Amino acid sequence: MDTQPIPERAPVVRPRRSPWAVRGEWLLELIIRFCGISAVLFVLAIFFFVFREAFPVLGREGFSLTQFLFSSEWYPTSATHVRYGTWALTVGSFSVTALAMIIAVPFGLGAAIFVSEFCGPRLREVLKIVIELLAAIPSVVWGFIGLTVMSKLIVDLTGAPVGVNLLNGGLILALMSVPIIVSIGEDALKAVPDSYREAGLALGATRWQLVYRVLLPAAKNGLLAAVLLGVGRAVGETMAVLMATGHAVHIPLGVLDSVRTLTANIAAELGEAPAGSDHYRVLFLTGVLLFSITFVVNLTADLVIRGIRRK
Amino acid sequence: MDTMFAETPLVRVKRRRESLARGVFFCMSVAMILPLVAIVTYLVVKAWPTLSWNFLVDIPREGMREGGIWPALVGTIYLVFISLAVAAPLGILAAIYLSEYARDNWFNRIINLAVINLAGVPSIVHALFGLGAFVYAAKFGYSIISASLTLAIMTLPVIIASTREALASVPQSFREACWNVGATRWQTIRSIVLPNSVSGILTGVILQVSRAAGETAPIMFTGAVFYKAVERGTLLPYYLDEQCMALSMHLYTISTQVPGVEESLPYATAVVLLGAVLLVNASAIALRVVLRSRKKW
Repeated sequence: MDTQPIPERAPVVRPRRSPWAVRGEWLLELIIRFCGISAVLFVLAIFFFVFREAFPVLGREGFSLTQFLFSSEWYPTSATHVRYGTWALTVGSFSVTALAMIIAVPFGLGAAIFVSEFCGPRLREVLKIVIELLAAIPSVVWGFIGLTVMSKLIVDLTGAPVGVNLLNGGLILALMSVPIIVSIGEDALKAVPDSYREAGLALGATRWQLVYRVLLPAAKNGLLAAVLLGVGRAVGETMAVLMATGHAVHIPLGVLDSVRTLTANIAAELGEAPAGSDHYRVLFLTGVLLFSITFVVNLTADLVIRGIRRK
Repeated sequence: MDTMFAETPLVRVKRRRESLARGVFFCMSVAMILPLVAIVTYLVVKAWPTLSWNFLVDIPREGMREGGIWPALVGTIYLVFISLAVAAPLGILAAIYLSEYARDNWFNRIINLAVINLAGVPSIVHALFGLGAFVYAAKFGYSIISASLTLAIMTLPVIIASTREALASVPQSFREACWNVGATRWQTIRSIVLPNSVSGILTGVILQVSRAAGETAPIMFTGAVFYKAVERGTLLPYYLDEQCMALSMHLYTISTQVPGVEESLPYATAVVLLGAVLLVNASAIALRVVLRSRKKW
């Protein structure tokens, strides 16, 4: 019995990529991953470097954190009576923001409802483009408008002695934060499923009833997030309030008082404070305070938005 | 039978409320736009006597009370392009990671949160960071480099957000088809995902340019300076380790710090800055409209 030789198989030739291509791809994916986490690194770095400049003042004699947070005496350059209390600045920041929101929230949400529910597709496109352009105006230009146009108007209409005050800053900030509120609010309304609208219309509801009874309750988290992001922008805004609110460090008693905010205070005084001095470090500490405030506001907005998605 | 379709009082009330609501919301939208139009018109009218070609290419004279804005214009272009060179690759790659590689787990949720927060950090805190990190810790000094890096980090979220949107708009079936013929993840991204989203990414880059050009606070303490002597019309007046003037900073300076400036000068500077930013944004919008009309899927 003769065994038949097993026929030799032709070796399978698979096309292979060169080892360099494989290694190159591995390296590239590593770089992509690194860039991906860079945002986290940057946020940590911002906190680290700002806190590092501020840190030495915490242990300094005569400096107390409660005084920093809750005293309204801010006399950084006084020869005998140096006080670093930021309470008046915090109140200034929040009063300007609150005034801006009182004006911006109804207008912003109203415009969002109009854009999303009441207007035709052509007009919607135009309005969205205008909103985008409105959001792009640099803050220093807003500040300049506050300093020139708005302050003149305020002096003429109210008879206030100076036009740069709380009202001016609030109006400018309102104009600046309306675009954010509109665009995020419109997204929130758009996210409500069309079946809700169809069900409402089938029951004979008018558009207004639909908005009031169906869409607003359904989109309330998204609208809240829109308002919070508007607040975040208003609290953090620097140049516009620096130029439009006047420069008095005191707790405002009326809308025609001039105020100073946390952000404007840093911008106004950092240039004069010698590097390494207590004054300089306290300004960085104010930066840490601001960073924490906006962090909390943005985190809340994000949680609110995430709440919608989970539903 | 006519009465069947006649309005009942209830329907009339409903209709009246409906048109009232429509009117109120319409007025609110107009109230948002009208001040913008009025203000821009006012600025242009006030700036008109100064606006000219000579204003753009001349240097500031008489202690910045007269003359033009050339050094500030060039300084802004420097800052914008250097920050773009840093932020664009970083932001695009980060967006590719978030959109193509990242799974939905706690770690990537932290990255998302970080991007959102980076966008929300006040500009003056970015300035403090730039001062602490680049000017002092990295010893770049007050320079164009420090200012551009600060701007780059500040504008990174703009690029990340719009690139992610562009990548997400490529249908998942495109990727699956490519994986099924044996392509690796990166090959898929390079040959399918990126070519189909390049215009969207470009829009994001353009928006970064407009954002960077308008910012003042972050460059104020890291590299922008009130005044720097430069020859009229020089194309490359600055070294990268020097300070420079910038348009936004110049507007702040001549409208608040210098007394006795010729009245139309700050208005003209504001109009140039505003015009440049709006023009850049308008081109991004135009690009998006063209892109949308051309989309095949």
